[in-house]
Amino acid sequence: MSLTDLSAFTSLPGPTVRAVKDQFHGDLLEVSMGPQHPSTHGVFRMVVTLDGEQIVKLKPVFGYLHRNHEKIAENTSYLGSMPYTDRLDYLCSMSTNWAYALAVEKLAGQAVPERAQYLRIIMAELTRLVNHSCLVGFLFNDLGTSFTPLLYAFREREKIIDLFEALSGSRMMCNYQRFGGCRVDPSAEWLAAASALVDNFPRFLDEYERMLTGNEIMLARTQGVGRLDPARAVNAGITGPVLRASGVDYDLRKVDGYGFYPRFKFRVPLGAHGDTYDRYMMRILEMRESVTILQQAFRELPAGPIMDPKAKLRGFRPKAGEAYGRLESPKGELGFYLISDGSPNPYRYRVRPPSLINLTLLEEMCLGHTIADAVVILGSIDIVLGEVDR
Amino acid sequence: MESLEQIRDRLLARFPAAVIALVTNPGAAAEHSLLLDPAVAREAAVFLRDDPTLRLDYCSNVTGVDWPDREIVETAKVTLPDPAGGPDKVVEQKSTRKVPGYLEAVYHLYSMALKHGPVVIRLRTANRTDAVNLPSLTPVWRAADFQEREIFDLYGIVFEGHPDLRRLLMWDEFKDHPMRKDYVEPDDYEWEPTAHAEVLERAKAHQAAAAAKEAQP
Repeated sequence: MSLTDLSAFTSLPGPTVRAVKDQFHGDLLEVSMGPQHPSTHGVFRMVVTLDGEQIVKLKPVFGYLHRNHEKIAENTSYLGSMPYTDRLDYLCSMSTNWAYALAVEKLAGQAVPERAQYLRIIMAELTRLVNHSCLVGFLFNDLGTSFTPLLYAFREREKIIDLFEALSGSRMMCNYQRFGGCRVDPSAEWLAAASALVDNFPRFLDEYERMLTGNEIMLARTQGVGRLDPARAVNAGITGPVLRASGVDYDLRKVDGYGFYPRFKFRVPLGAHGDTYDRYMMRILEMRESVTILQQAFRELPAGPIMDPKAKLRGFRPKAGEAYGRLESPKGELGFYLISDGSPNPYRYRVRPPSLINLTLLEEMCLGHTIADAVVILGSIDIVLGEVDR
Repeated sequence: MESLEQIRDRLLARFPAAVIALVTNPGAAAEHSLLLDPAVAREAAVFLRDDPTLRLDYCSNVTGVDWPDREIVETAKVTLPDPAGGPDKVVEQKSTRKVPGYLEAVYHLYSMALKHGPVVIRLRTANRTDAVNLPSLTPVWRAADFQEREIFDLYGIVFEGHPDLRRLLMWDEFKDHPMRKDYVEPDDYEWEPTAHAEVLERAKAHQAAAAAKEAQP
C-alpha cells in the first residue's frame, strides 16, 4: 500500500482513519489482536490499525463464545435457564441469578420474603467484592506486573468463593436464586464466617492500595489514558463503574431502589476525569462501600422463611405479558427482558449485557494511544466474554 | 414523568400524519409501550431524547422479537336452505384467517438526567420476508449500535441509516437468522464443499492404472 493512499481504510464503514499526510510517515499496519491473546480476558478480538505504535482505528470482533443463550432459554422452562444464567458472567453468578429472578418476579408479580431480600443483597455485594478484586488484580497484570498483585487479589477472592461453595455447592456456578426467594438458608456458622471475612476485607484493600495505588508506573500508565466524555458515555449506554468514573451519578441501587437497597446507607463514588485511573479507583471505593452495606446487612438480617410460600417452581406459567427487570451488576446495568405467552417457556428471553454495551466506545477511548494502552483500557472496562457473546 | 397517553398525544400533535398506538401489556408488570410509525420514528426518537420534560437520554435495551404468521380458525353458524325443499339447516362453518407476521424492535428508554423511565417504544416491519426495513435509531442513541447489529444478525431486520450494519455474533458468511421462530438448524454447521469426490475419482483411476501395470509381465 502506498503511503498516502488510504482509500482501503476509509472505504470501510465506521469512523474513518486519521489521514496520514506526511510523506516520511511509516505505513499503517493492521494487527489482529486476539481472539487468543491473554490480555483480552477471553476470546475477544480487536482489529487494530496502527501507525507506528499509535492506534488509528480499532474494530472489535465478537462471537467466538456465542452459543445463542437466548434461543436455548426460549426452548426451556423458566426455572431451567436459571443455572444457565450462571454461565453469562461467570465471575458474578449470584448477581446474574438475581437479575433473572428479578425479571421473572416482575413478570409474574411474585413477592419475596424479607430474609431472602437481605440474603440477596449479601450475595450480590459479596459478588461485587469478588468481581472488583479480580478486576484490580487483572488490571495490574495488564500493566505488566507479572502476577503478584493478581495473586494478592485472588487470595481474597478465593475466601469468598469458598463461602459460596459452602453455601450453594459450587464455587462459581452458584445457581442460588429462585423466583420468590433463595435456594439455601445459610447457617449461623456461615454467617459468622462471612461477617468476619467482611470485617477483615478493608485490611486487604489498605494493603493493596499502600503497595499499588500510588505506584509511579501505575500513575504514569493510567492517568489521562482512555478518557471517556460523560455526555458521550450516556448516549452510548455505558453503565456501571465505567460511567460513574466519568462523573455521571447513575447507580441503579439508588435510582431504581430494587430489593431492599433503600434501607441501606451507602455512598456512590464518582470519578472526575473518566480516565483509566478513575475507573480503577472506582472499583476500590465501591468495594469499601460494599463492605459497609454487608456489615449493615449482617447486623440487620431478620429471621424468617427464605421462600415465598406461594412461590411455584414446578409448572410455573406466568400470565401473558412482558417485563424488563434490571439491576446494578458489578459490571453495569444487567437487564432481562421477558415476553410470556402463558406457556411454560418464555416466548422471548433477552439479556441486556453490560459488558457488550460498555465496549461501544472502546475505539474512541483508544484512538491516539499506544497498543499497550489499549490493553489497559480494555482491562479497566471490565468485560467477561461469557456475557459479551452469550 | 407524564403518562404514556400524554406522551402519545404530544407525539401525535407533533406528527399529525403518523400512526402512533398504545400497546397494552396485560402482565403484572403493566409496562405499556408505544408503537411508532417507522416513517417518523427517527424524528420521534429525537423528540423523546431532547424534550425538556422527558429527556430520555439513555437507551438501555434494544430487543428483536419475531411474530410469525398465524392462522386463526373461526367457527360461525350459518343457516343454509335445504336443496330438497325442507326447513333451513343451521350449519357450523369453519373459516381460517391468516394474520400476517412481522418482526419487531423494542427499545427501553430511560432518563439519566431526570432519573425516570422506562418508556418502551416498538417498531414493526411490514412482514417477515421482503419488507424487513426499519429506521435505525443508532444516530439518536449510540447505545443501539451493537444491539441493532445483533438484531440484524439474529432476526434479519435491516436498520436503515445504521453506520456499520454487519453481523455481530455469527460469522459474516452465515446465511440464516437463528433467533427466528421458524429457523431450522443445519445438519452440520461446519460443512463446506471440498474436493473429496474429485480426488477419489483420480485415485481410483491411478490405482487401476497401477494394477494394470503390475499385471503386465
